[in-house]
Amino acid sequence: MLAVWLLLVGLFGIVTSKNLIHLALCVTVAQSGTYVLLLAIGYREHGTAPIFSDVPRSRRAVDPVVQALTLTDVVVGVTVAALLLALAVKAHEHTGTLDPAELRELRG
Amino acid sequence: MIGVQIAALALVGGLALAVVLVHDVLRVAMLYGVYGLVLVVLFVVFQAPDVALSQLAVSTVAFPLIVVTALAKVKRRERRNR
Amino acid sequence: MTRTGRIALSAVGLAGMAAMLAWGVAGLEPFGHYPGPYGTLLNAVEPGERHAANVVAAVVFDYRGLDTLGEELILFCAATGLAFLLRENREENTRGVRDRVSSDGLRAAGIVAVPVVVLLALDMVAHGYVTPGGGFQGGVAAAGGLLLVYLAGDWRALRRAAPLPVVDTAEAGGAAGFAVLGFVTLIAGGAFLDNLLPFGTFGTLTSGGTIPVANWCAGLEVTAAFVLIFLEFLEEIMAERVRDS
Repeated sequence: MLAVWLLLVGLFGIVTSKNLIHLALCVTVAQSGTYVLLLAIGYREHGTAPIFSDVPRSRRAVDPVVQALTLTDVVVGVTVAALLLALAVKAHEHTGTLDPAELRELRG
Repeated sequence: MIGVQIAALALVGGLALAVVLVHDVLRVAMLYGVYGLVLVVLFVVFQAPDVALSQLAVSTVAFPLIVVTALAKVKRRERRNR
Repeated sequence: MTRTGRIALSAVGLAGMAAMLAWGVAGLEPFGHYPGPYGTLLNAVEPGERHAANVVAAVVFDYRGLDTLGEELILFCAATGLAFLLRENREENTRGVRDRVSSDGLRAAGIVAVPVVVLLALDMVAHGYVTPGGGFQGGVAAAGGLLLVYLAGDWRALRRAAPLPVVDTAEAGGAAGFAVLGFVTLIAGGAFLDNLLPFGTFGTLTSGGTIPVANWCAGLEVTAAFVLIFLEFLEEIMAERVRDS
C-alpha cells in the first residue's frame, strides 16, 4: 500500500510544482513508488536474500526476478532524471524562468 | 511484517511527502539525499541487497551531483542576467 | 488554466486513480506470501544450472538478458540525448579552466580515496555474480570514483583521466558488446543470449558461463554513461566560469 501512496504523492508533487528541478525530483519519488511495489510483491515471510554464497541452498529466499527488474530500473531512472534536469537547464537558458506555469507557449 | 519493515515504510512515506511539499529547491535537494538513504534501508530490510547497492550508489553519488550542478548553473545565470 | 484550477482538476483525477489502485492492490496476495512459481523455481534451479551464487545477477544477465539489453539501450540513448542537449550552444573553450582545489588535505585525501574507490567498484563488478553487486552497481561506483578526481583535485586532471573520445567509445563499446554477445551465441547455434560457455565451479569467479562477459559489458557501459553525464554537467559549470571571468 505504501507504493500506492508514494506514487500518488509523487504525482501530486508533479502537478503542484513551481520549479522545474523540484518537478524532476517528484518524478523520481513517483518512480521509487514502483520499486517498492515490485519488491513488496516478491517478498517472502522469513525469506533471506537470494544470494547463496554463504547461505545453505535450502534456505527459503525472496524472489530474484523482481529484484533484477528493480535494480536495473533504479540506475536507468536516475539517468532519465538527469535528462529531465538537463532539459530544465536548457529551458531556463531560453526563457529565463524555471516555473512551469510561465512556460506556457511553445515559441517556435 | 517485522517491526523494522513497518518503521522503514513509514519513514519512506513521510519523507516522500516532505520532498513534495517543500518548495525551496536547495532544501529539497538535501532532503532527497536523506530520502535516498532511507530507501536503501528499506531495500536492505526487504532482503534485496543488490537493489540497495544500486540505489545507494545512485542517490549518494550521481543524483546529488546533477541536482547541485543544475541548481548552480541556474543560479549563476540568474545572477549574471541581473 | 489557473494554477488552483489545475490543482483542483488533478485532485479529482488523483482520487480516482487512488481508488483504482487500492482496489488493485487489495486483490494481490497478502504481504509475505509469495505465490509466483518463477521465483521459487529459479532459486531452486539456478545454482545447479548456472553455478552462479548471486541469483539476481544470473536473472539480470542470463535468464532475462534481453530485458537488460533494452535497459542498456535506454541508458545509452538518455546519455546521448543529454550530451546533445547540453553541447548545443556551448561556444566557450573550457580548456584553460583549472578549478583547483586549494586545500592540501583534501587533495591528499583524494589521492588516497580515488584508487580505493575505483578498486572497490571494480571488485564489485567482478564479483557481481557471486556476492551482492554486479555490473550496474559497480559501474555507478566506478564513475563516482572518477568523479572524485575532480572533486578532490582539479578539472584538468579529470579531463585528462577521462577524455571525451575515450568515454564515448567505452560507452558504445559496452552497449555494443552486449548485443554482439547475443549475436555470437545466436551464430554458435543456441538462442539469442543463450548461455553457452562452460559453467565452472560454484561460488568462484569462473562460474556462470556467459554471465561474466555480460556483466563486464554492462559495467563498462554504465561507468562510461555516468562519467559522460557528469562531464557534461560539470562542463556547463566551467563554461559559466569562463563567461564570468
